[in-house]
Amino acid sequence: MIELNVNGKVRQVDADPDTPLLWVIRDHLGMTGTKYGCGIQQCGACTVHINGEPTRSCGVPVGTVGKDTVTTIEAISANRSHPVQKAWIEEQVPQCGYCQSGQIMAAVALLKKTPKPTDADIDQAMTNICRCGTYQRIRTAIHRAAGMMMKTASKT
Amino acid sequence: MTFMHRVSRRQFVVSAAAAGGGFALGFHLPGKPAGAAPAPAAAKGGEVNAWIMINRDETITLRVHRSEMGQGSFTAIPQLIAEELEADWSKVRAEFASAHRHVTQNKVYVSMSTGGSRAIRDSQTYVRQAGAAAREMLVAAGAAQWKVPAGECYAEKSFVIHRPTGRKLSYGTLASAAAQIEPPKNIKFKPDSAWKIAGKSVPRFDVPSKTDGSAIYGIDVNLPQMVHAVPRQCPVFGGKVKSYDEAKVKGMPGVIAVVAIPNGVAVVADHFWQAKKAVEALPIEWDVGDSGGVSTATIRERFLKAADEESGAKVRHEGDFDAAMAKAAKTVTAEYHAPFLEHATMEPMNCTARVEGSRVEVWAPSQTAEGALAAAAEAAGVPPQNVEVYLTMLGGGFGRRGRIDYVTQAVAVAKQMSPRPVKLIWTREETTQHGFYRPVSMGRLSAGLDASGMPIAYGHKIVGQSLLSTVAPDRVKDGIDAAAVEGTFDQAYKIPNVKFDYVMRNTHVPCGFWRSVGHSMNGWITESFVDEVAHAGGKDPLEFRRTLLAGETSWLNVLNLAAEKGNWGKKLPRNWGRGIAIHEGFGSIAAHVAEVEVTDKGDLKIHRLVVVLDCGHVVNPRNIVAQCESNAVYGLTSMLYGAITIKDGRVEQANFDDYQMMRMAEMPKVETYLSLTRGEWWGGVGEPGLPTALPAVCNAIFQVTGKRIRSLPLTGQNLRSA
Repeated sequence: MIELNVNGKVRQVDADPDTPLLWVIRDHLGMTGTKYGCGIQQCGACTVHINGEPTRSCGVPVGTVGKDTVTTIEAISANRSHPVQKAWIEEQVPQCGYCQSGQIMAAVALLKKTPKPTDADIDQAMTNICRCGTYQRIRTAIHRAAGMMMKTASKT
Repeated sequence: MTFMHRVSRRQFVVSAAAAGGGFALGFHLPGKPAGAAPAPAAAKGGEVNAWIMINRDETITLRVHRSEMGQGSFTAIPQLIAEELEADWSKVRAEFASAHRHVTQNKVYVSMSTGGSRAIRDSQTYVRQAGAAAREMLVAAGAAQWKVPAGECYAEKSFVIHRPTGRKLSYGTLASAAAQIEPPKNIKFKPDSAWKIAGKSVPRFDVPSKTDGSAIYGIDVNLPQMVHAVPRQCPVFGGKVKSYDEAKVKGMPGVIAVVAIPNGVAVVADHFWQAKKAVEALPIEWDVGDSGGVSTATIRERFLKAADEESGAKVRHEGDFDAAMAKAAKTVTAEYHAPFLEHATMEPMNCTARVEGSRVEVWAPSQTAEGALAAAAEAAGVPPQNVEVYLTMLGGGFGRRGRIDYVTQAVAVAKQMSPRPVKLIWTREETTQHGFYRPVSMGRLSAGLDASGMPIAYGHKIVGQSLLSTVAPDRVKDGIDAAAVEGTFDQAYKIPNVKFDYVMRNTHVPCGFWRSVGHSMNGWITESFVDEVAHAGGKDPLEFRRTLLAGETSWLNVLNLAAEKGNWGKKLPRNWGRGIAIHEGFGSIAAHVAEVEVTDKGDLKIHRLVVVLDCGHVVNPRNIVAQCESNAVYGLTSMLYGAITIKDGRVEQANFDDYQMMRMAEMPKVETYLSLTRGEWWGGVGEPGLPTALPAVCNAIFQVTGKRIRSLPLTGQNLRSA
């Protein structure tokens, strides 16, 4: 049994320690928002946060996670209320949508570190693959989310 | 009105109790289907026809008969139905139509296959008819209840209203009575100008669920007692398994079974990871068949020999090409090469199946629900009426998911694991190496110019693989594969002496429909060569095209708008260039203007793309813009990186490290404009914006460097040296 801290809950999973975190999240914990795209940390569809850092979970053996905290797309907000999710909906970013969990996880992490990212910041942080070509809308949505977060921050 | 003639009233008007054709749909996917809140049983109102379910709580569930792979049909088809239905859009939900019902009720949804940019243009008549017929039936039901003539009543926002008295009855209260009324015979559609729901950029139903991980794709299906299968297929196409040593993996954690599938073997385990590890550890001896010596080099040799030695099938000959070439003041010749391409859908191939006795259920991210149903029936050896296919969201399709190989495999394994459901998932490597590839193709082109620099002769000999020979042999006529030659002879340029020929050369590599199909290479080749001819005659590429398109109003409108928005002729910084291209395919005309920079070292930066599309009617403008952006990225990815190469009979690429995709940092600014001048014409949207992205960029590169790009992809080519 391996103990894991996922989305604020401690979970016990019966998985081989070499099983990638991605497959533990999907198959053992039954949360399917985190996607399998390549298995070699190239595409980013499996991006989760580990201690807040965007991480490609297909390359993380579950046995190495230890006490690190894991956050998945399911825990970004309770009701699609995170500014990034709101911006994604307002800009109608997703097409097929398969990569978008990973894109959103990467964008949330970017905005936490860089609240007002430039296009160059976005180019550097957003390296996930989207085959539908939603990059332009992702860029616009990140700027929009940044604006929303600034507004909220200045009010408080 | 063909739809009304094809289906009897009995098929068109089905009562709610009969929905699903008696097939017990005892299963719901975890979470809500995107945008679709299925009504609880108690809320059932009336199914007015196969497309429209009106619930007592006034919600309206519209059935969508085409797959959703990102192109937006899951919202656009309901927009068209709701428009004629006079529905309150805020009450409309969407769900996928039942493939079982379609198959058992004489194709009640006409077609449940999605491809060829046809989801809207092919179905707009009958889906609007379904909406309009239901509206008339609801009006008649209201009139009957008030005992007034139907002519005194009208429908608006989900109410039937009696004009003289202002009395109102809601759709929810009228639905079951309306379902009993004879559908009207003569239906007139509203003009687009009167549209209130269609033609508007309403938000897509599927978008919210695609922002929190709740949308269910095929790979996400989870059933009680479910096991996981991972296949390995013979690396050489056409080969098969000679033997495998099951004992070596039987003791591995979680492994349940090792199962033979048509061209390989699958390991079944408790979890995906266990099945993957075991199938990779499984010693398999392959019988690779006759194709183990084939490589990209041997294919090219065969193609070049064919181009040298064979005149090919006549696609289109007009005037006297040879005589015109002989008297030309100047001639231009060029040879172009386009490689195999894999679709690289983000979601790897997968399918879930359950076989219980003679009953089969399939959960498939498929572009063809009816094709998946037929494949499942065949694989299970049961009649089609014993099968139901539940469509899930598709993590990309692009033509790949119009094939059903993964369905056949899943059912074959599920049959052996019966009654346990099986989720079969391909690795990315299997997905890359067992695709149905965009055919390899080459073109030999020649043109003869008169003394003024305008072409009097134009010839194009295509040597390429025929995908229709395997997919739809009836569409190969007189040695000509329509999908191999489309986008060459059928364009609007007026040149007096032309010659288009096709030499079919097939390989053992399976080919299929890849977004924009033959246009994907032929649009690039044609528009690159037209540019070559313009430059050879000393003409401006825009003016040259305008001259050749004289009288073609729609083409000229598209071209001129692209030139205007693309700042054609305006000054650019050093090392920057502009290129233009225009092309017709899938019933639409598209043009691109590209602005690129090629540095002194030869590095390419695509700064801006202007795309203009004429698709006739517009059901959801924002979605059309999204498709234009999507096509640009899909096309440019293939231009920059796309090449599937063959060695020892097998695909050399395996994953995104050696089959690269364009990413954010390479994304140019894409500006989309619509030019709608063809009246009642309905054109496609999902593909026509792809082909011209490539030649616009290649022509722009030429403008900077003087170097023609005649072979793709660009990666590995030095853009600055000869």
